[in-house]
Amino acid sequence: MSHSNVNKGILRYGWWSRTNHWIVAICFVLLTLSGLALFYPAFFGLTALFGGPEPTRIAHPYIGVFMSIFFLIQAVRFFTDNLFRRYDVQWVKHMPDMLSNRDDRLPAVGKNNAGQKAVYWIFLLTVPILLITGVVLWRPWIADGMPIWALRWAAMIHAFTAFIAIITLVIHVYSAIWVKGSVRAMTQGRVSHAWARHHHKLWYDDVVNNRDPEGQTRPQARTTTTPERPKEP
Amino acid sequence: MRGDQINLQNVIARSATTVPSPQVRHGGVEKVTKLIDVSVCIGCKACQVACSEWNDLRDEVGECDGTYNNPQDLTPESFEVMRFSEYENEQGNLEWLIRKDNCMHCAEPGCLKACPAPGAIVQYANGIVDFNSEHCIGCGYCVAGCPFDIPRISKKDNKAYKCTLCSDRVFNGLEPACVKSCPTSAIMFGTKEDMLDYGAGRVENLQERGYANAGIYDPAGVGGTHVVYVLQHADKPEIYSGLPKDPHISPTVELWKGVTKPIMSALLGASVLAGFFHYMIKGPKEEPEDDPDPEKAAQAREIDRREEDRP
Repeated sequence: MSHSNVNKGILRYGWWSRTNHWIVAICFVLLTLSGLALFYPAFFGLTALFGGPEPTRIAHPYIGVFMSIFFLIQAVRFFTDNLFRRYDVQWVKHMPDMLSNRDDRLPAVGKNNAGQKAVYWIFLLTVPILLITGVVLWRPWIADGMPIWALRWAAMIHAFTAFIAIITLVIHVYSAIWVKGSVRAMTQGRVSHAWARHHHKLWYDDVVNNRDPEGQTRPQARTTTTPERPKEP
Repeated sequence: MRGDQINLQNVIARSATTVPSPQVRHGGVEKVTKLIDVSVCIGCKACQVACSEWNDLRDEVGECDGTYNNPQDLTPESFEVMRFSEYENEQGNLEWLIRKDNCMHCAEPGCLKACPAPGAIVQYANGIVDFNSEHCIGCGYCVAGCPFDIPRISKKDNKAYKCTLCSDRVFNGLEPACVKSCPTSAIMFGTKEDMLDYGAGRVENLQERGYANAGIYDPAGVGGTHVVYVLQHADKPEIYSGLPKDPHISPTVELWKGVTKPIMSALLGASVLAGFFHYMIKGPKEEPEDDPDPEKAAQAREIDRREEDRP
């Protein structure tokens, strides 16, 4: 059976969730590249991607503020899906099984597993810290009015927080490559029934039983040409 | 023009650079030092004028704030300022302490440590710490790195500026412009050894005159400096308009720019490799197939069909 998820399967991320995610993702990658360029000399060559060293310094904070706005929107919309539940504890205890692809031993989870939730919370913590410390360091607009001790602390915290955020990004991207079918969920929106049942059983049960699952995961009308039909009782 | 004249083959330290800089031509180069004898300074500001003149700086004429401090602070176009303070000594007498404030040219420069732009800040074999502003990206990290609050970022070109110790003059065998202009020999220039020798004589003289705590300000916390002061009250440098008592690169800056950066960089690379090899060893989580049980597969397809009908 094919898994052409555009036409078949369960809607996991609506068009705005996907768009929102990719706006944040593209900005995040640009921020990582431009930030690393100024993080350590070995990465300084990355400034070439942004038109030179000074343009890199100029662009970085603007991208950061832009991303923060869309990050906030996404964080609010994804909030309830990422509240930790009792089953998450069990899932974490089965980390070795999860990493070794012994998925049959994993407990059933909702729309997100504990790893995905951890990514959500780490970003929710790091992005505001990066925003605040980044604004303090922002030249020529803000930094001139800041005391030197604030510049020192902001620079130090910004670097360490960025490190945590980038490591989290690496894990997030790797997970998407590793778990087949998840990239398609975020690009085309839909996952196969088998995928949903396998990875997110509780969410799947909610969806097929037409219960309102956690948050904004209620199946929505497709944006394709499916004709309108009356809702089932 | 200055950039063209600089001999860049005797650079002993370079910002954001992990490999040695070209420095074979540092043999026999003596460390230079500017000595500022506060006890002899009359506050005429000839040095400020000479600095502006030599460096082609024409700072805005500011406003008088009721003190002799003018300009009140360093600016991108005022590499040095005279700072006047009125100090009441133990005998209840007034002492007018006038300190020429400019870059101290630290042996271990915090600005250079903090700078992320390769070669924007260099330290020559003779000890001068120079901003090569062409490579400056305007991030202002040097401001955070400096223990003396010296660098200033220009609003005109977003580059950092500070005293060069007239590196261009020094390379051509001349003393800095401020030294040349001083009418009382309060500013002297020579090798570090000679200046410390000369300073020791001045200190002795001051001590004979009753300044028991006279001494040379050459703070060890930054590895010594290539601008040193002779102070009447070396035990209380703060009374000279806030000269720091024990300046050193802030621990925050050390933590930010120390060994943590290469370690974090290596860990970032390792995290990517860990993912790659995990994939090689454990393989992907393949897209799950339909149930091999034909009955269950049929059920799933039935759900699929229903799902398709869902509005």
